[in-house]
Amino acid sequence: MTALPSSTVSGMKVGVVTFPGSLDERDAQRAVRAAGAEPVALWHGDADLHGVDAVILPGGFSYGDYLRCGAIARFAPVMDVLVPAAQGGLPVLGICNGFQVLCESHLLPGALIRNDHRKFVCRDQGLRIENASTAWTSDYEPGQEIVVPLKNGEGGYVADVHTLDELEGQGRVVARYLGDNPNGSYRGIAGVTNPRGNVVGLMPHPEHAIEPGYGPSVDGLGFFSSVLTRLAQGVST
Amino acid sequence: MSTSTQPSVDSVGAAATTPDVEQPWAELGLKVDEYHQIREILGRRPTSAELAMYSVMWSEHCSYKSSKVHFSLWGENTTDEMREKLLVGIGENAGVVDIGDGWAVTFKVESHNHPSYVEPYQGAATGVGGIVRDIMSMGARPLAIMDPLRFGALHHPDTLRVLPGIVAGVGGYGNCLGLPNIGGEVVFDECYQGNPLVNALCVGAMRIEDIHLASARGAGNKVVLFGAKTGGDGIGGVSVLASETFSEDGPTKRPAVQVGDPFAEKVLIECCLDLYAAKVVAGIQDLGGAGLSCATSELASNGDGGMQVELDLVPLRDATLAPEMILMSESQERMMAIVEPSQLDAFLAITTKWDVEATVIGEVTDGEHLVITWRGETIVDVPPRSVAHDGPVYQRPLERPAYLDALVADTTAHLPRPHTAEGLRETVLVMLGSANLCDTSWVTDQYDRYVQGNTALAMPDDAGVVRVDEETGRGVAISTDCNSRFAKLDPYAGAQAALAEAYRNVSTSGAAPLAVTDCLNFGSPEDPGVMWQFREAVRGIAEGCKTLGIPVTGGNVSFYNQTGDVAIHPTPVIGVLGVLDDVALRTGSGFSVDGARVFLIGETRDELDGSEWSRVVHGHLGGVPPQTDLTHEMALSAVLQEGAAAGWFTTAHDLSQGGLAQALAESVLRHGVGVQVSLADLGVDPFTALFSESTGRVLVACSPGTDGDFLAAVGDRVPVIELGVVDTETDGLAVKVVSPSGEDLSFHIDLGTLLGTHTATLPAVFG
Repeated sequence: MTALPSSTVSGMKVGVVTFPGSLDERDAQRAVRAAGAEPVALWHGDADLHGVDAVILPGGFSYGDYLRCGAIARFAPVMDVLVPAAQGGLPVLGICNGFQVLCESHLLPGALIRNDHRKFVCRDQGLRIENASTAWTSDYEPGQEIVVPLKNGEGGYVADVHTLDELEGQGRVVARYLGDNPNGSYRGIAGVTNPRGNVVGLMPHPEHAIEPGYGPSVDGLGFFSSVLTRLAQGVST
Repeated sequence: MSTSTQPSVDSVGAAATTPDVEQPWAELGLKVDEYHQIREILGRRPTSAELAMYSVMWSEHCSYKSSKVHFSLWGENTTDEMREKLLVGIGENAGVVDIGDGWAVTFKVESHNHPSYVEPYQGAATGVGGIVRDIMSMGARPLAIMDPLRFGALHHPDTLRVLPGIVAGVGGYGNCLGLPNIGGEVVFDECYQGNPLVNALCVGAMRIEDIHLASARGAGNKVVLFGAKTGGDGIGGVSVLASETFSEDGPTKRPAVQVGDPFAEKVLIECCLDLYAAKVVAGIQDLGGAGLSCATSELASNGDGGMQVELDLVPLRDATLAPEMILMSESQERMMAIVEPSQLDAFLAITTKWDVEATVIGEVTDGEHLVITWRGETIVDVPPRSVAHDGPVYQRPLERPAYLDALVADTTAHLPRPHTAEGLRETVLVMLGSANLCDTSWVTDQYDRYVQGNTALAMPDDAGVVRVDEETGRGVAISTDCNSRFAKLDPYAGAQAALAEAYRNVSTSGAAPLAVTDCLNFGSPEDPGVMWQFREAVRGIAEGCKTLGIPVTGGNVSFYNQTGDVAIHPTPVIGVLGVLDDVALRTGSGFSVDGARVFLIGETRDELDGSEWSRVVHGHLGGVPPQTDLTHEMALSAVLQEGAAAGWFTTAHDLSQGGLAQALAESVLRHGVGVQVSLADLGVDPFTALFSESTGRVLVACSPGTDGDFLAAVGDRVPVIELGVVDTETDGLAVKVVSPSGEDLSFHIDLGTLLGTHTATLPAVFG
């Protein structure tokens, strides 16, 4: 992907929500900055999106992942305004725990369960971008292979066969694992999107692969630049 | 603890009028003379609450009563120049050093060995939690953790019992805190069967002006307890667990191990950082071993007056807890702050924002005593210093063990060595797949090494490297090391070898070594042989640090690591911290650039005693460990630092266990890039060249075009021998070998075989 002219993204604001127990919000903010936009910290207890143009739900262990990953976060006040905004077309990216929150909120289908090998896994993970037309993947080529960190204990993507077939049929599988399946996700699914393509959930961590020297690559930057491209184009999603 | 023979509240007044009440001092781990010392200090018998406090604070773990007399060696060997780098030294929660540009870095390693033996997951998890709170309480944001772990033999049932839980505990807690785990050790040795070592290191950073200390100053200032509620977990954990040896018929000790809640600690970290930023904290201390007993007495002892605490105000998980239990509880995720009254509202607003419970439980007084009340009665009235700092000090007898002469005489000289090409090749592979040299990613893949986005190097590289300043790239490198087999043969030399290795590992990344922390894991201090080992190791570290010019900033002593009469090998784990002006310039350990010339820096001697080869191939331990030359290590470090800054090196990898063969294989495996080397110029026979563990050696690869600069700059400062070339066309490791008699012993191991051998070992055991 190519760097965006700064004029096209100037003034763009991307909110990053902090829940108690969020861990990767500073990384997500750094990635937003690296892509050329302004990160805005959003607070779980504040039911206000503060006029941001897009929102990231970062990785971590919101509320300790007690009860079930993402199950408590979905009831946070900020979600009361985020869910309708996402349904109205606001670009939303959920990474790892954020993906779990999006599934618990029913913005995305399916669920994420404990890795099939029952251990936490952290590794450099190859992915294939299956859908390069979502709000968060348009700067990639369809079929492009990238490497970003994967780190999860409960990253196994599951859904019933009908839902899986529907996701495949509608091109809503955003990214798929390359090589060994790292967590038992059905059909090797690493990320999915909603029918409109504005809400994306992704188990691996593109925000840890945006700077040379830190992380296995800079392949992750495309997620953050894509949404700015989309917003700059003014395309209604 | 039984209080049935006493009134429901054993007050100070009651104690004065009932001097003859029988007290369970022995059950609480106190010796009879220690009990009498307490009576002397107070001028009466202690109340049961006071007895509880003294017993935990005077335990080996908290009071360092057996090791303290040897700590004068630190001071005696710390020069003014070394002291200048120290912003906070030994004695606080963690030492602090100045890394430049106004940044202060604090780091420390601690043990949680006995709890991890009893309850592997929670023991390891709360070990991480405890060291992170130590770092937090200095005012720092924790940046990263490391975990030096030691287990019994790989296939021993006890290893199978404890390892999965310990690894999951380190990962489960650290991952949930959002702290990258950037290194550590995984060591297997029979001596740790029944005594696994779980050490945990944390490093944090702050601006120099933000350093906080654990002292209660200013009469009228409020004592605020915040974080988790106090429960019945970990009661007596310190004195019962850390100061007793496990015996087979002993009672189950599960209830004494603390239970961790990493989510609560993560919230507490962010809450504390907000409190520091708002400048509403006058003093702060974490609650770890000995819980409230420790926090109140240490804060008061370090302060300028006394302290009054109303124990009824402590929020409890279990309303039935007796006051003695509240004082001894080691419930996790709690902190205690001293707050000026005018700042209390601001303080509480921040804790409320983070949903952290905070309670004013007392205040600093202008008296001299720590006074604690319960239901209107005074149950503690003590000079805080007598609890926290003036505990008993023992000059334990020490004596060089009688077995050492025979052990040292039993060298590896008589052990058969391979002399054929196939024999050498086979030995490389046997070593590469052995327990202590195999790939550890089964363990390390359970740790998040990327969170926070500042990790520039992590395992399997030689040092962990994290960025501190995002603007400049300034950051730190850390390595922990100890070869306890060397320390068993010679604790002085072994401790210096550990120091030298950690120093060298930090240097391979290009960092300038700056400071040291140590975790001294030993057997029973009541064994004169163990005490001699301890003294020798401390002397080795202290004198070594003086030569290297880097101070010890703090650490931890763990005694009683033994089962029955059998002590572990002396295991002085050394952590060295170094500084990089820009971590982007760090050097990694893998071959990467085609055509890079490969050199070995340092001298190779016939030093196989205590080596991994002697263990893996012959099950042997004896002889004299490799010699350590600290002056050479300093010259080597300077070359590695210059090389990183000037961009000479594409690769730098320390030689340690397994020698050159292991280092070459690891550098090939790191990125799957091959190498061709010749052993012709090393000046020793092929076997020694491949497997000797001479110290002070580093494998480097120079980018084409910078090799000349490297050789010109190095001159004769350190010995440099050209080995070969990095070659992407070579599949794996190609070694050209000619025997002393002129026979061609060359061999080749393809990448697939290297990888398969290296990675199969741990998954075969642990799944």
